[in-house]
Amino acid sequence: MKIVVCIKQVPDTTNVKIDPETNTLIREGVESIINPFDMYAIEEGLRIRERAGGGEVTVISMGPPQAESALREAISLGVDRAILISDRKAAGSDTWATGYILSKAIQKISDYDLILCGKQASDGDTAQVGPGISSWLDIPQVTYVKKIEKLEKDRAVVERMTEEGYNVIEIPLPCLLTVVKEINEPRLPSLKGKIKAKKIEIPVWSADDLGLEEKKIGLNGSPTRVVKIFTPPSREKGMILDGPVDESVNKIADILKDVMIG
Amino acid sequence: MVDYLLTEEQQMLKELAHRIAEEKIRPVVKEYDESGEFPWDIMKIIAQSDLFGVYIDEKYGGTGGGVFDLALVTEELSRACGGIAVCFAASALGTYPIILFGNDEQKDKYLPDLAAGKKLAAFAVTEPNAGSDVSAIETRAEKKGDYYVLNGRKQWITNGGEAEVYVVIAVTDKSKGARGASAFIIEKGTPGFEFGKKEDKLGIRASTTRELIFNDCKVSSKNILSRQGMGFIVAMKTFDCSRPGVAAQALGIAQGALELALEYAHQRHQFGKPITGFQGIQFMFADMATELEAARALVYSACRMVDSGAKDVARASAMAKLYASDTAMKVTTNCLQIFGGYGYMKEYPIEKYFRDAKITQIYEGTNQIMREVIAANLIKELSKKK
Repeated sequence: MKIVVCIKQVPDTTNVKIDPETNTLIREGVESIINPFDMYAIEEGLRIRERAGGGEVTVISMGPPQAESALREAISLGVDRAILISDRKAAGSDTWATGYILSKAIQKISDYDLILCGKQASDGDTAQVGPGISSWLDIPQVTYVKKIEKLEKDRAVVERMTEEGYNVIEIPLPCLLTVVKEINEPRLPSLKGKIKAKKIEIPVWSADDLGLEEKKIGLNGSPTRVVKIFTPPSREKGMILDGPVDESVNKIADILKDVMIG
Repeated sequence: MVDYLLTEEQQMLKELAHRIAEEKIRPVVKEYDESGEFPWDIMKIIAQSDLFGVYIDEKYGGTGGGVFDLALVTEELSRACGGIAVCFAASALGTYPIILFGNDEQKDKYLPDLAAGKKLAAFAVTEPNAGSDVSAIETRAEKKGDYYVLNGRKQWITNGGEAEVYVVIAVTDKSKGARGASAFIIEKGTPGFEFGKKEDKLGIRASTTRELIFNDCKVSSKNILSRQGMGFIVAMKTFDCSRPGVAAQALGIAQGALELALEYAHQRHQFGKPITGFQGIQFMFADMATELEAARALVYSACRMVDSGAKDVARASAMAKLYASDTAMKVTTNCLQIFGGYGYMKEYPIEKYFRDAKITQIYEGTNQIMREVIAANLIKELSKKK
């Protein structure tokens, strides 16, 4: 089975600061890591390959030249190859444009059965790029996958997490799945992987290499306009009822009545 | 910090072992210390990270390093748990005789699985009546045609029952004294080879220490290491390679304790200030850090000497083990002292370091035996000059 995993390099913090002037993230002085959700996608790809006793896991990432270090980390975890998609023309791409660019890269790879993505990136939190890629490629997708129950040559059965539980979905291959952290526990790198990662040459694909239409990429090609960006105020503390149970139950009932009816 | 000029690969494996120690071992240290269960889940993680093969030739699936690489991993793992680290290191102790004395057939058969961490190894010398006096071993191996029949008991064998591959020293010719013992590779499951009592220990409780029982156990002559009569040479040369590993375990235990004590002392307030503000405490830390660094420099030098292929490494190896383990006992004792009453309580992590440090002064040759080795070596050298 040929698997493509899409990853993103993100700042190593869940508490990113925003520059109020430019409405962009302040990246200086913050270390970069592989988006934590993408680590589950890489791990799942590796497990599928190991279970099958063969196959290939290719990791791709779009980003500035320094995103190469995220790809080297993926190599140290055991993926077979990594490709960086990097071009100044693509800078400032929104989720629509990024989906387009990654889909063109996957088309260039051409031979694939399964595409895996993390459910969302920890910096942008949009959860749109995975579904975007599948739309551009015109292949089916399942988001929030917490388990791959069955994986055959031309179909898969997966569990899709919902707020109440999960759906069991059958999907033909090739397809795209975005995964949640419940799916596995990512491994640590191996020594041989680290040695390989140090030496390996990571190819860089440009906009020209992928034959991208310029009007669909970069800041100008992106339909999204960020009007305002701000840190939301922290939520007010909830009320805690710690009296005797009977008393608390009556109190909750009164509060609910007020909210629902009153 | 002192720069030990590690190679890029050594830095990588040290960093990897550090991550395993912090992310995977540290959260389960207390659990394993209490239960005394064998930490198979951690062994699997170490295997998956290729660290079981750091001292084994690339030809057999290792990464081709030596005793130094093994020591660096052992030290990092020991920072979090000296018990879990010894499960790893004891497999190397059982593997070294095969690396040093195995023929091609034996190496091809055993080393790949040991390098991959698919199987663990163990080394069995000690018996109830043969501790420091290795020549007193009573386990007999009687030659009968093209196999040997073993009878006897081995005691306090680290990884006993968990390991698949055992290197066992047994007497093949009592009349020949020191030349009368031989080393055998024996696999778990061989008829007549069973496991006895599992020990309940003061420290390194995550590791398994168990009795091996041989009852008319038939072992093929193909499983003899080197040749008949080489048993003591096999044991001594193995210890030359493994003692720096015990020394590294001691370094890691001491380092882990020192870090915990420093952190504690900095947040512990008495008389209105952190206790790191008192010179009495400061000097304790300064002395501990200095002695630990001196021990590290000695251990690393000994490792490099062994890896260089130097001929006579017994003295350096014994010195490293002696000094690092005595330092570890001293450092962990003082670290517990800095924790005061809290240090004596099981709720705090420091008492475990104190318990774990003790064994490093005892096993793989007591520190009294180490001093004998060093002194004998000095005297031998003197008599050569005359």
